[in-house]
Amino acid sequence: MSDSAQTPHADEVEAEATDEKPGQPEGESHVEPIENGADAVVAALKNAGVDYLFGVQGGAIMPVYDALYSETDMTHVTMAHEQGAVHAADAYGIVTGDPGVCMATSGPGATNLVTGIADASMDSDPLIALTGQVPTDLVGNDAFQETDTIGVTQPITKYNHFAASPDEVGDDVSTAYALADEGRQGPTLVDLPKDVTQPETDVEPGKPETPDTYNPPEKADEDAVSEAADVISDADKPVILAGGGVIKANASDELRAFAKKHEIPVMTTMPGTGAFDQTHELSMGIAGMHGTGYANMAITLTDCMLAIGTRFDDRLTGDVKTFAPDADVVHVDIDPAEISKNIEADYPLLGDAKAVLDQLGDAMTDSPEAEAWREQCQTWKDEYPLDYEMPEDRPLKPQYVVEQFDEAMPDDTIVTAGVGQHQMWAWQYWTWTEPRTWVTSHGLGTMGYGFPAAIGAKIAEPDREVVAFEGDGSFLMTSQELSVAVRENLDITIVVLNNEAIGMVRQWQDGFYEGRHMASEYPWVPEFDKLAEAYGARGFRLEDYEEVDEVIEAAMEYDGPSVVDAIIDPEENVYPMVPSGGDNSLFALSEADLDEI
Amino acid sequence: MTGKLPGPGPGERMRPEGRRNEDGIRIDPEAEARHEPRRAVLSALVEHQPGVLAEVSGLFSRRQFNIESLTVGTTVDESRARMTIVIEETRPGIQQAKKQLRKLIPVVSVRELDHDSIQRELVIVKVNGDEPDKVHAITEMYGGETLDAGPRTITVEITGNVQKIDDAIDAYKQFGIREIVRTGYAALSRGEQQTAEVEETVKLTAETETPADDD
Repeated sequence: MSDSAQTPHADEVEAEATDEKPGQPEGESHVEPIENGADAVVAALKNAGVDYLFGVQGGAIMPVYDALYSETDMTHVTMAHEQGAVHAADAYGIVTGDPGVCMATSGPGATNLVTGIADASMDSDPLIALTGQVPTDLVGNDAFQETDTIGVTQPITKYNHFAASPDEVGDDVSTAYALADEGRQGPTLVDLPKDVTQPETDVEPGKPETPDTYNPPEKADEDAVSEAADVISDADKPVILAGGGVIKANASDELRAFAKKHEIPVMTTMPGTGAFDQTHELSMGIAGMHGTGYANMAITLTDCMLAIGTRFDDRLTGDVKTFAPDADVVHVDIDPAEISKNIEADYPLLGDAKAVLDQLGDAMTDSPEAEAWREQCQTWKDEYPLDYEMPEDRPLKPQYVVEQFDEAMPDDTIVTAGVGQHQMWAWQYWTWTEPRTWVTSHGLGTMGYGFPAAIGAKIAEPDREVVAFEGDGSFLMTSQELSVAVRENLDITIVVLNNEAIGMVRQWQDGFYEGRHMASEYPWVPEFDKLAEAYGARGFRLEDYEEVDEVIEAAMEYDGPSVVDAIIDPEENVYPMVPSGGDNSLFALSEADLDEI
Repeated sequence: MTGKLPGPGPGERMRPEGRRNEDGIRIDPEAEARHEPRRAVLSALVEHQPGVLAEVSGLFSRRQFNIESLTVGTTVDESRARMTIVIEETRPGIQQAKKQLRKLIPVVSVRELDHDSIQRELVIVKVNGDEPDKVHAITEMYGGETLDAGPRTITVEITGNVQKIDDAIDAYKQFGIREIVRTGYAALSRGEQQTAEVEETVKLTAETETPADDD
């Protein structure tokens, strides 16, 4: 790059740019002169307040990495695989509430991000992906490591953009950041051709701002709120169904205050887990396919459901025909397209969950008279507790392992999970009291999510305990990230609930495929404790009840990543269970029930 | 083996009285109400930028909306394009299509047009040229225009609503239609009513607000 003619000009512009932003606190603005498009990308991230980036280096993204070389305010965490990078960034975004940032090169780098982007899209997680791209004159020619990343990611991003000019690329990144964060959060992507990041420019990016055409609602219509408040007040059998949107909107406190003031039982969806304190008497636990029996009874028999920030996923509703069929549905959501998408909303309240809960709180003059309903709910809680048998002659029960970790670890521990039976046991048997402590792949169901997510979570919250529950099948998919956890000396405990199977598939094979275990049994998994040691982490093998407390203590005491390979009862399955597309109140309590319903 | 959790079994539990239909709408359990599909004309004002058509068509295909036609062209404001999308869906499907379309970042406005809106389609028909006088008569009758006439083929264009075009095509069939191309609908709302619901922040120029020509 020639600097003879450009450097003085760049300096001037940099000085002007600094003058133009008197309102920006010191130390937050980009102070290095912008010399090329990659500098502008980095400056945009820095202006947005990004502290960490997760990624993998590669040919087409090299200019951006080069611009990070002397960067001291932001830390780049090199991951073993791009999928690890995107899940770590995703978890970082979930735990902090601010967009996580991941980077990859073009072609295979970009496509390796796709799973994690789709994951973030399904779960409305704030995430920005920056992908390298081949130079524009090669685009469309099937050049080396070329993929139509924009085309590939269009259905799974909230917004994606092909950067066309070095002068605009900084603003492109700022816009993508703002869009990931505002309104209904979600993943955004900027594709960065090498001839956009490499050439000279001195244009400072603006602050993150969404386009004029993007106007998410804030407060709900007052008349609609007052109408909804009347319906809730008049209900005999009210419930609140809290979805992930409550946590995304930081509305847990408002939810708790509202529910407690009006004594309305609260159940959460899987992404909404932690929005309400499960130790509170009004908690009805978790609803859906593997939710509690009592939540699913209440969800079916309620006459008024205040549903907040949920998209009524089919794993929650089962058969929509039998979902809360007697209920007036008050649906609070920031995304108009969620209203009446799966379940018709009788009273739609369009707005931010926090703001709308405040509005509803003001509008509710009377609490519903629902003493009998609360008693009924308590009866169901007594009738259908989560429970399991623990015969001494059987191998370890996974539920017991989860419970013991829950007991040993503080309330604000961040729990991540992969996908499968282990995820469901962790969800069911952990006691959730705080928001942003349950980090898993809800909508997409991505196996292998839990461990790289734990890396992102630990980096976001280094002072908090982080435990990753994984299955043997799930952990196999991303266990190479152990190299990262060891390099960064991250104090994470990975608990592999090892039943030598893709257990959830095997459970379905038992229930619906006459026990034909096609490709679901994994008797060849490695000894995960030894795998951990090979990477330089601590490994524990856990086989007996007597060892549980001791291993938990040792794993927690170890200052670095440790893997507990917990050999669990391979015949244990997850119950209760609503068969796919079934009636929530007809949940099965055992395999025998599945034949009946 | 896996033990059974406590509590009454599925057959012994309380049951709700109501029911919803497949669209999640509460209904009388005796009557399994279904919504019949209807035809809806949606007009979308979008940022005129590369990829926007792919984004819109991709949305429609992956959400399985039953799309009949989609046309796109620039507006007076060069940075904006207008799409006319005709779909056949149930009421909830139409609502969902509008909302999903509105969510796309380059989409400025989405509106469903009334039945009395101005809806026009262009068709070009190439027929055998054995009976040029008769072909010409039919073209005249439908207010069309002959674009090309040779010894073996005659190509005509007709513009109009779907009924007129269908009728014209029927009439041309007697000569033997060789090829046909239809554009799909272009539509604007009638009179002074604006086709796009544009927010104040992105108010268009006065030129764009000029009421559309009537037919």
